[in-house]
Amino acid sequence: MKEALNIAGVLFIALTIAAGLIWVERRLLSVWQDRLGPNRVGPFGLFQVIADTIKLFFKEDWVPSFSDRPVFIMAPGILIITILLTFAVIPFGPDFIVFDSNIGILFFLGNSSLGVYSIVLGGWASNNKYSLIGAMRASAQMLTYEVFMGLSLMGVVMMADSFSFNAIVEAQKGGWFIVPQFIGFIVFFIAGLAETHRLPFDIPESEGELVAGYHSEYSGMKFGMFFVGEYLGITLISALIATLFFGGWLGPSFLPPVFWFLLKTFFFICMFILLRASLPRPRYDQLMKFGWKVLLPLSLGNILITGAVLIFFK
Amino acid sequence: MNIDKHIVITALEAEFGNQIIICNQLTADDTPTLWIGKSNLIVVLNYLKNVIAFPYKMLYDLTCLDERARTGRNGQPGSEFTVVYLLSSFERNQDIRIKVPLYINDLNLQSITSLWKSANWYEREVYDMFGVIFNGHPRLTRILMPKSWQGHPLRKDHSTRATELDPYVLTENLRAVEESDLTFNPEEYGMGRSSDDSDFMFLNLGPQHPGTHGLLRLILQLHGEDIVDVVPDIGFHHRGAEKMGERQSWHTYIPYTDRIDYLGGVMNNLAYLLSVEKLAGIEVPERANVIRIMMSELFRIASHLVWLGTFAQDLGQLSPVFYTFSDRERIFDIVGAITGARMHPSWFRIGGVAHDLPDGWDKLMQEFVSYLPKRLKEFENMIIKNAIFKARTVGIGVYTTEEAIEWGITGSGLRATGFDWDYRKKRPYSGIDQFDFDIPLGKNGDCYDRAVVRMEEMRQSLRIIQQCIDQMPAGEYKSDHPLAIPPRKDKTMTDIETLITHFVGVSWGPVIPQGEAMVPIEAAKGSNGYYLISDGSTSSYRTRIRTPSFPHMQMLPLISKGYTIPDLLAILGAMDFVLADMDR
Repeated sequence: MKEALNIAGVLFIALTIAAGLIWVERRLLSVWQDRLGPNRVGPFGLFQVIADTIKLFFKEDWVPSFSDRPVFIMAPGILIITILLTFAVIPFGPDFIVFDSNIGILFFLGNSSLGVYSIVLGGWASNNKYSLIGAMRASAQMLTYEVFMGLSLMGVVMMADSFSFNAIVEAQKGGWFIVPQFIGFIVFFIAGLAETHRLPFDIPESEGELVAGYHSEYSGMKFGMFFVGEYLGITLISALIATLFFGGWLGPSFLPPVFWFLLKTFFFICMFILLRASLPRPRYDQLMKFGWKVLLPLSLGNILITGAVLIFFK
Repeated sequence: MNIDKHIVITALEAEFGNQIIICNQLTADDTPTLWIGKSNLIVVLNYLKNVIAFPYKMLYDLTCLDERARTGRNGQPGSEFTVVYLLSSFERNQDIRIKVPLYINDLNLQSITSLWKSANWYEREVYDMFGVIFNGHPRLTRILMPKSWQGHPLRKDHSTRATELDPYVLTENLRAVEESDLTFNPEEYGMGRSSDDSDFMFLNLGPQHPGTHGLLRLILQLHGEDIVDVVPDIGFHHRGAEKMGERQSWHTYIPYTDRIDYLGGVMNNLAYLLSVEKLAGIEVPERANVIRIMMSELFRIASHLVWLGTFAQDLGQLSPVFYTFSDRERIFDIVGAITGARMHPSWFRIGGVAHDLPDGWDKLMQEFVSYLPKRLKEFENMIIKNAIFKARTVGIGVYTTEEAIEWGITGSGLRATGFDWDYRKKRPYSGIDQFDFDIPLGKNGDCYDRAVVRMEEMRQSLRIIQQCIDQMPAGEYKSDHPLAIPPRKDKTMTDIETLITHFVGVSWGPVIPQGEAMVPIEAAKGSNGYYLISDGSTSSYRTRIRTPSFPHMQMLPLISKGYTIPDLLAILGAMDFVLADMDR
């Protein structure tokens, strides 16, 4: 019974946040861009989310005749599934977790690698040159950034002595990992941006160049799934940052742990949106260079130093 | 350099003998205008470009006129078609106009693409509009009109209005033809479909694409993401502005000019009216001149603000476009208060401006002039100094001063190469030489320098506007020359001559004296000029609009080869073109 409630709770929170982000992002961007944004439908324009969803559902769900039909239909599903699966191992509170895996981090890394297939297959199956270029960029970008996304977390794993998210949160009772693992945090944050392909790393999409990149041919709810998938991705990465570096659900006891967790997550979601509002997009090869030449050595150095310090004090 | 304008004639005669110049025509703009036989064209142009001291390095314009209906030609050779070459020398600060007479039964001529690569598109345009064949042209096809078009629109026997033609019906057949016309065959352009080790991808960018700022089609030959070659396909925005000039009266054509560079507003009026006034010999009162300069500089800022925001947008920066557009709104508020319209005020008139400045204009203007510098500072920090912005623009789309001149580049694109050339300084018009301002220069001729130059140009324009506010002279806002339209009305009720002039001017429009003139100005995108020919009637015989975006776009393949798709978007953004300015 409790497990069923947990599953329902996690799904509800994740999907509500992801859908709500449609509104949050548009409103926040408007605040930063000196304009109003959607404020007509319902109080503060909140029902915009519902209006958008209804619109997406009623749009013609067009599958291009020149596409690879089964793959084209499957691709957006893969994205949603892999992200939602990852939410299962994230502790929303001390007991509020679907599946407290002892290899939680590996589970997350594995799933995020699978998520790349969604984009590559979607771009490939569209049989459109813009989509293809987008998909090729996506695969190269994700491959690069997965490497040190994993490496950047090893410092945290060493300090907590566990791959389990709950154990990592428990290990931060003495102090958040953001202090000793600051470099790990920076690298993970950047890799997370690339993973969710958000500006400034939205190179697979880059609407000024590739129209909409890998999802140019998608319409209706299939496009909606890529759209919500992106917001789910942001929520996931923000939740992970909160869990791994900012003590997860830990916080003063006048508020329930879930609340602390959500508050921290929301803060990082806003950071994502702020970055989108402020930065231009680097070129694809510059991004790769930055990854291999700066971030990779940085995360390796971080592992080395963390390990050395841990052994020294043991 | 101070050389007598007409000394070039002596030089030409010394080189080629007395017979070389068929006729030395007098024009209102006092540009030496020489008629040359078509067999001598190449040697003469080659001499002017490569041999003569202080050569004419830039092909500023190349156009044609259908002379068959023209009256009052005053001793010019009796040609039926005349091809006109306008060359520019920066060292002399002088132009020369070469005319070649042609006849309808032998409408062909040697192409000058071997001398100027930039002649390519111009010759295609002349072929498209007049049907003149250029022998030796690498690819003489239509450029502005669709392939399936019948006839040559700028010929005098081509209909002016669609209503003179049969109703247009798009049959299935016709649609199939139109579609197949747009299919791209690399072989037609001498492009291979594959290299030694891989196939090329041909990517159709546009006519509908978020990065092209309008209806522009670019066909990219790609090797991976590297650009091997680009073929621009233009003409989707062609509206026949030059043909309309032959139908509208001199006065009623003013609103059409606003829509050429639709971001430049009244600056287009200025380019047109300077030529008209040159033809009519109208002296514009000092106050009208200062008002014109103030409004033009205001529109230069507006145009540059749009460019800045959209350029940042092209590089993926989402927010600046909202900031720059809201500042542009402030400009439009002022323009609205003064002229009653926003983007296209059509507010300048032959001989002055439409009405005097309203009370309180100086307060509005001063508020804006004091407000903007702080914002420009912000934009500079947000965009120009951003490390990613620099990484995307430094060393991208580079060309040298020589290349720029060869390809007819003017404006900020030319100054970004470090070449000090601004028509406001070099050939002052409307008394702009009375103002104190600097010409910002770049060094490397890359996208970044073009951006920096335009940023600084906005500050200099603010300086000019400030001087206009401080020293706005009293006096008339419109000349009382009889051809100034609409004529001043104060004396009409007491003076029969003035009443008649007023009546004729308002009912028919002014009759501009016979002649030819062109006055290039420094518009926001580069050098803009109207080559007007009057045969002494109420409308222009030929209106040729030389716009900067046309040659700028022609240079695109040269400066984007070897870069990647994202760089292409940066190059396009930094070019600052307007589609209507290109296709007219």
